[in-house]
Amino acid sequence: MSKYVNIEVFRYDPEKDKEPYYETYNVEIRKEGMLMLEALNQIKWEHDTTFSFRRSCREGVCGSDGLNINGVNMLSCITKIEELGTDHITVQPLPGMKVIRDLVTDVEDFFNKFITVKPYLIRRSAIPDKEMYQSPEDRRKLDGLYECIACGCCSSSCPSYWADKDYLGPNAFLRAYRYLVDSRDEGSDVRLPILNDKHGVWRCHTIYNCVEACPKELNPTKSIVGIRKMLMERQY
Amino acid sequence: MSAKIEYHKFDVIVLGAGGAGLNAAQVASQYVSTAVISEVYPTRSHTISAQGGISASLGNMEEDHWLWHMYDTIKGSDYLADQDSCEYMTKLAPQRIIELEHIGLPFSRTEEGKIAQRPFGGHTSNFGKKAVKRACYAADRTGHAMLQTLYEKSVEQGTQFFSEFYALELITNDGAVNGVICWDMKDGGYHVFHAKSVVFASGGMCRIYQTNSNAHINTGDGLALAMRAGFSWSDAEFTQFHPTGLYGAGNLITEGVRGEGGILLNANGERFMEKYAPTIKDLAPRDIVSRSMAKEILEGRGVGPNKDHILLKIDHIGADVIMEKLPGIHELALVFAGVDCTKEPIPVVPTAHYQNGGIPTNYKTQVVKARGSDPEDTVPGFFAAGEIASASVHGANRLGTNSLLDLVVFGRTAGEEAAKWAKENQYVALPENAGKFGIDTMEKYANANGKHTFNEIYQDLVETMQTNVSVFRTEEGMTNALDKILELKEKMKDYKVDDKSTVFNLELIEALELNNMLMVAEAHTRAALQREESRGGHYRDDYPDRDDDKYLKHTEVFYNEDGTFSVEYRDVRLKPLTVEMFKPKPRVY
Repeated sequence: MSKYVNIEVFRYDPEKDKEPYYETYNVEIRKEGMLMLEALNQIKWEHDTTFSFRRSCREGVCGSDGLNINGVNMLSCITKIEELGTDHITVQPLPGMKVIRDLVTDVEDFFNKFITVKPYLIRRSAIPDKEMYQSPEDRRKLDGLYECIACGCCSSSCPSYWADKDYLGPNAFLRAYRYLVDSRDEGSDVRLPILNDKHGVWRCHTIYNCVEACPKELNPTKSIVGIRKMLMERQY
Repeated sequence: MSAKIEYHKFDVIVLGAGGAGLNAAQVASQYVSTAVISEVYPTRSHTISAQGGISASLGNMEEDHWLWHMYDTIKGSDYLADQDSCEYMTKLAPQRIIELEHIGLPFSRTEEGKIAQRPFGGHTSNFGKKAVKRACYAADRTGHAMLQTLYEKSVEQGTQFFSEFYALELITNDGAVNGVICWDMKDGGYHVFHAKSVVFASGGMCRIYQTNSNAHINTGDGLALAMRAGFSWSDAEFTQFHPTGLYGAGNLITEGVRGEGGILLNANGERFMEKYAPTIKDLAPRDIVSRSMAKEILEGRGVGPNKDHILLKIDHIGADVIMEKLPGIHELALVFAGVDCTKEPIPVVPTAHYQNGGIPTNYKTQVVKARGSDPEDTVPGFFAAGEIASASVHGANRLGTNSLLDLVVFGRTAGEEAAKWAKENQYVALPENAGKFGIDTMEKYANANGKHTFNEIYQDLVETMQTNVSVFRTEEGMTNALDKILELKEKMKDYKVDDKSTVFNLELIEALELNNMLMVAEAHTRAALQREESRGGHYRDDYPDRDDDKYLKHTEVFYNEDGTFSVEYRDVRLKPLTVEMFKPKPRVY
């Protein structure tokens, strides 16, 4: 690994730029295993303080820094520069989302979509005073679903999401499925019609971009298939 | 004042969208109009990083009792905690955990389907006899599971969210707290939120240390806002150093690792905690483990070329158990240390982790004045919960898993109390020029054309705090730190912000955060200098003993209008609500 890498960054400030442009920074590799977020902080703190992006937890769990790096959606805070295997790196905002400024995208619509699927426990029957029992086997059904960090990498990698502004997208489906398979939940009848909408699960073309993009190695496509099976079994 | 301001009116506003804020919001929203203001989107708050568990004496695995939990909490705090608050929290814990389960939190389960529990540092049965399984958990993503569940629940309850709004000033009038002015990071607009009740739940400040486990946003903003509005920072000197931060990175390796059987080893391959805490060994409270590790390193038994860290061995419990109960740790160690913990030990070092003190409250989360003829007198309309607050249940050292419990118990109580206050009281009018100070501060930095930059001052600050106000402290070191902080404050007057945009101006946010961090670091250091004893996380080489006669008291740091600080003291509430008090005695584990 060379001591420096060139990082080409998407820049856009709506208050002064007519068009977005790319700016390249020569970033020093200061330690083995240096992370992309450390490079972005170096750019901001030492090269150009006007550079803007989102970050928070810096350990891959808050989902703030989902970005498109060398054409692939990922989190900058858990991406090692050396693993990108090149000295020239291009960093862009998540595709398919409106750019607010530099690498910062408008995620309001993304959050609203996962709320649409009623991602909370719906109960009709009485709730006991104690905990609702759930077997370890039933609990295991939530593994691979509840770990979602809402970073947006999946939805923003999906051509259907780019093409149809009302498409709920893989993230919303994963959220919905997390509750649909929860043994404590009784809300399938209200959740499934929302997912059966023309902007729902049927619009997925099963190209697996979301699976490729997920930094937590979750599988939204599997959720989509699961939801489709539920819809088939219940309605047709 | 020429700036354009948008005004909003809510019964309750909650500042901060972590576990405490969302607990408060989801409850308050059931009764009154409630808004949450947050610097980040709610699911991005730092509660998301909490890993190992949440304590409650459910007794699902073995016999347990809330009184034992109360005792452990008080002993763990090195007797600085308020005993009424400790009773309230530990007694309510089982019910609060079950409420979380009822709204969907995906807890790990026992074979019978109950909420599973595991041991954690300092939690014992029968008043210290042996370690007890008291920590409920969702694998090692407990905070993550909690935050998502609470966010979704509060949305269902109709809470209104103002995400990526940065708070500039706490507004008061007529002795009451009645609003906050914020800056919309997305378009630079000013917003005044006028409320009957204000709940502060904005989290901690450990970004002032170089090696810390905190998110970028944990810069103590809430503390700075509260101190500027005349409220105190209680027990300001007590930072918790978590024993197992990843060496070099600071990311946390949960105490749940030791709960599942992980052990600490020095360079000689010795399990050294047997020397320091013969009964519960590696499950001793965090202050004791951190100091023991630091001692091993100082005495030359550290690991690595620089002999500057310790090893955490976990591979002996088996890859299956690790992947089921600690999958997140496996991932963190791999990414940040290049270590596969199913095969090799994890390099760790004590890391600044948690602010034990905060805005002082009573057990009902009402902020107290902390000075005057009745220091327990409350502030109308002002509530606080979570890491920003000090109820106080953590005292000089927080037991692992008690922070998530604090969020659930006091967060929820804050929501109930704030809603009740809002129902029973009218709006206090906004003062003339409400928010002027906040806007002036903002404009000052927006137009700052001096010479010093964020990076320069920030790096100096965190290095100073790390070197001089960390696990071991002396008068000389802390005096040096204070001199440095004052020098950096001077530099802050000649500051430079190049970015003049009103759209997502991160440089401007960092300037405001840095200004707050300097204030917090100064208050913290002044409080630490004045406490000439060793208690919990505050260990002084020059005063190695605990001194109950002089210092079994809460420190209260106030910020004066002339820019100076006053360090005062307040009695610990030693009387519990219904049971007998636990008398201070030496801490032996």
